[in-house]
Amino acid sequence: MSDRDYSRPDPDALLRILKKEDERSGKGKLKIFFGMCAGVGKTYAMLSEAREVVTKGTDLVVGYVETHNRMETAELVLGLEVIPRKRIEYRETVLEEMDIDAVLARKPKVVLVDELAHTNAPGSRHARRYQDVLEILENGIDVYTTLNVQHLESRADTVAQITGSIVRETVPDSIFDAAEEIRVIDISPDELAKRLQEGKVYTSERSQQAVENFFKKGNLSALREMSLRLTAERVDRQVREYRQGQRTAATWKSGQRLIAAISPSPHSVPVIRWARRVSHTMDASWVVVYVEQADKLSEEQREQLAKNMKLARELGAEVVTTSGVNIADSLIRVAREQNASQILVGKPDRFVFSRAARLIDDLMKRSTDIDIYIVGQETGRTKRKMSSILPKPQSTPVHYLAAFAFVLLAALICYPFQDFIGYRTVSFILLLVVSLLPLQLGPGPTVLGAAVGALSWDFLFIPPRFTFSINNLEDSLLAAMFFLVATVTGVLSARVRKRERIIKQREARTSALFFLTKDLSSAHSQDEVIRTAVSNIKKYFDADVAFILGDAEGEMAAEAHDASSFHPDSKEYSVAAWVYWNETKAGKNTDTLPSAQATYFPMSGPRYPLGVVGVKLNYDTDLTIDQETLLENFISQITSAIERELLNDINRKSIVVAESERLYKTLFNSISHEFRTPIATIMGVSENLQQENGVAGSASGQAHLNEIRVAAERLNRLVANLLDMTRLESGMIQPRLDWCDVRDIINHALKNLEKELEGHKVTVGIADSVPLLKLDFGLIEQALANLIHNAALHTPAGTDISIDVSVKEDKCIVAVSDNGPGLPEDDLDRVFDKFYRASKGRTGGTGLGLTIAKGFIEAHHGTLGAANRPKGGAEFTVKLPLSTRISDQPGGIA
Amino acid sequence: MSGSPVVLVIDDEAQIRRLLELTLESNGYKVRSAAAGKEGITKTASERPELVILDLGLPDLDGVEVLKKIREWSAVPVLVLSVRSSENDIIACLDAGADDYLTKPFRTGELLARVRNALRHRPSLQETPVFVIRDLQIDLSARTVKKGKQNVKLTATEYALMVLFVRNAGRVLTHNYILEQIWGPAFSEESQYTRVYVGQLRKKIEDDPADPKIIMTESGIGYRLTTEPDSI
Repeated sequence: MSDRDYSRPDPDALLRILKKEDERSGKGKLKIFFGMCAGVGKTYAMLSEAREVVTKGTDLVVGYVETHNRMETAELVLGLEVIPRKRIEYRETVLEEMDIDAVLARKPKVVLVDELAHTNAPGSRHARRYQDVLEILENGIDVYTTLNVQHLESRADTVAQITGSIVRETVPDSIFDAAEEIRVIDISPDELAKRLQEGKVYTSERSQQAVENFFKKGNLSALREMSLRLTAERVDRQVREYRQGQRTAATWKSGQRLIAAISPSPHSVPVIRWARRVSHTMDASWVVVYVEQADKLSEEQREQLAKNMKLARELGAEVVTTSGVNIADSLIRVAREQNASQILVGKPDRFVFSRAARLIDDLMKRSTDIDIYIVGQETGRTKRKMSSILPKPQSTPVHYLAAFAFVLLAALICYPFQDFIGYRTVSFILLLVVSLLPLQLGPGPTVLGAAVGALSWDFLFIPPRFTFSINNLEDSLLAAMFFLVATVTGVLSARVRKRERIIKQREARTSALFFLTKDLSSAHSQDEVIRTAVSNIKKYFDADVAFILGDAEGEMAAEAHDASSFHPDSKEYSVAAWVYWNETKAGKNTDTLPSAQATYFPMSGPRYPLGVVGVKLNYDTDLTIDQETLLENFISQITSAIERELLNDINRKSIVVAESERLYKTLFNSISHEFRTPIATIMGVSENLQQENGVAGSASGQAHLNEIRVAAERLNRLVANLLDMTRLESGMIQPRLDWCDVRDIINHALKNLEKELEGHKVTVGIADSVPLLKLDFGLIEQALANLIHNAALHTPAGTDISIDVSVKEDKCIVAVSDNGPGLPEDDLDRVFDKFYRASKGRTGGTGLGLTIAKGFIEAHHGTLGAANRPKGGAEFTVKLPLSTRISDQPGGIA
Repeated sequence: MSGSPVVLVIDDEAQIRRLLELTLESNGYKVRSAAAGKEGITKTASERPELVILDLGLPDLDGVEVLKKIREWSAVPVLVLSVRSSENDIIACLDAGADDYLTKPFRTGELLARVRNALRHRPSLQETPVFVIRDLQIDLSARTVKKGKQNVKLTATEYALMVLFVRNAGRVLTHNYILEQIWGPAFSEESQYTRVYVGQLRKKIEDDPADPKIIMTESGIGYRLTTEPDSI
């Protein structure tokens, strides 16, 4: 630790932390009550804490708690809300499991889920309970759970070595690492033994047996040490991360990287576990590599390989699949690509002539600067039958028979002609025949063919005929050479063919992807993309495909897309829906809902899931690792094509919107120009005339001109109101917010209304506490002017108008009131309606002023209300949000 | 004034052009007019007007573009005429170098006042170190401000703001312009500063800060130091 530089946080690491924090914010937190073995009181501790939390008012429910019929534990559950368990019938017995749907529907703050390592009954949504827990966490619910050290994936081997019993229900270490809090429940082995004897752990007679097998004091001490050390390591890592200013466990400071080679064999399991331990202590990242060979894997091997890869992923490795004839070469190539400094391989059980032994040999020869670690096999598990691990013979008996028959036939055909061509020529013909064999057959049948050729030549052609004996040395040499040459040719061409096949497979994959990309890029709409995708998947995987897309609101479509080649029924649809919401693949050949007929893959979009692809294979065998990778590549290509079309759509739409906005603005401007130009002319000319002596000389002339001006001004106001109304109704009002002093606004409004307010006494009262507000000066001035003008218009001359500004909570309140006749009570809620006019109004007005005022104020997220004052008169109240005010200005502003 | 000042009117509306011609010529100005932006630019060069009245809604060029073209080689005062009540266009013009603005429809009296104001020769600081606005005396050489006979104590920033207004008396100063002049370009987003300091300044120099007569607010645009004696 000391040699690392903590002073400069790595920007990438910081980004990762931010990302992780982001991820965390929406997710629930996991708390694990962790113990060395059963009986230490984890469930008891969890329940005690739960009760404490509940008394503090937290919404906590029990998802699943196993009391093991222990009285003290059962008592603790009383009084807690328990979600009823789900009953699953399986082979005539009824099993009880946590009802995850009920938990998610209940959506408490915290849920208790006992025994994290539990395996769910067949037919449950997830194979394992920890997967349930992960889904619950994903939905933002906190989880309390219990776990024993022996169930941790990376410790399972060691536990098996200590106790002699193999642990099957393991939990990936990643979930342990991701836990927000680990609480260790620790008691001494002696005390545990005492509790066992008192019958506190197992209430039945099994207890005695259990004590003898598992709860030996030596075992317990070892387990205890392991659990405590694990927790200590975690704390140590946290301290380190804290000092580095980061919290994530997935950052590798040492920059080291190691590679673990795996095969379709159970021997790879210890290699993977060992690699995880080493990488953790070294603080290095690790990659698990599988080198695919041309040999076809047996059912069993494929399963084992999938298990190995899953284990590696669960333990946090990056899994890489590559293909190559020579495993050692491929491994070293990957190591160089990944910049790894170490390669881990399993130790072979036989050193002579075994493939693994040759691999190690090769590795040692070629790995100049890369360290090679050879991991020993564990003792408990090696007694597996080796036959299943070796690749199955590629050539079937039919192949051998064919080779045999083919060569023999050629020999028989040559037989009648031997007198013309001579028996030695026949050997060349047979040699040709043998060397043709590898075109269709493997090396085994070829060698057989070579032997058959040699023997039949000897038997049928070399004198003395019909015996295997050869008289002269020359012929025996020829026969031997024939066999040798035939064998060598056969084996060599078989090898060339094998290589060719690998290349062809790779090429096929590449070209499949290439054609898909090409097709997708020429698709011009979402429908076309999906049609292309369906036909491509059908072609390359011989499978039926269903696309179910998400819509703009983020909901999944109720029907599969029309281009789909199968339509999921309601049961399949629910699997697809799960995939859609969890953005994780599910269905056949996965851990989640494996009873489905098809496998469903999510298509993740930037904001919400884009949809789900269902793939239903038309044949029984599963996809090979390579095919699966290819399928996933296909889907990611398709996803980006769909996303591309989606973005194109959005783009097209926004262009249309922008264009129509632009058109609207142009039209609006030109209309307002058309209206205002003549009004401006009328007003200007009449004003000019009033100042000229000629016409204005007479009193009646002055009066006429005055009428023209007043009419023009009224027309101007009307036009302004109509235009404002149009702007409001088309949603084109976008307040240009800037800091404004309300005093300024009111002062400005009053100045513009000077003429209209003649004969009214206006008082303005503004509290000193009124701060600057972020408003559109013009719009608010207009709104207030409309209110003030309205007050002047609808009250008799001499009526007082007062404007009061104050601050209440987070609102700035502007009240415009008068002591006039007030508003008609029946019409209070209609005053803001368009074209509303008080029936007893003094003068006209457009009936738009108040509507516009309300619209402008609401565009500022404010409110405008109307009421009659108790003392008489109308009062209009404007409330504007203060949220963006500035409070501490130099010296204040009042 | 030697001879009648020449005013160039750039407006595509014939009615407005005629109205302006009538109004200005009867008040002793010579008027030239242009119906489009490009023509206006050419005439600004050929007629050498003392003032340009520029309409913003021109058919060939945006008014702001015309203004920018003119400002490339000429410092002639430009009065912007606009039917749009949108402050953004006006601010854009003022920031691009226009001297003043007026929205249509306008009062003739107001137009003439703006024209007079735009044509007024602005004395440099050296020529007249003492400015008098109403009862306010600003002595730039002594760096003192007096209201009536009382000395007004201003902070450094308030004084700088006062000087900025005095040097641009009668001109509209946008919030942005004030910010950049007093606080520097980095503060162009801190528009509340101008409100706060103008508020403080008004408290010290106005008779009634709630009804200012010296520093006038231009709705949503900025401030203007009054020069009109008729506002007394």
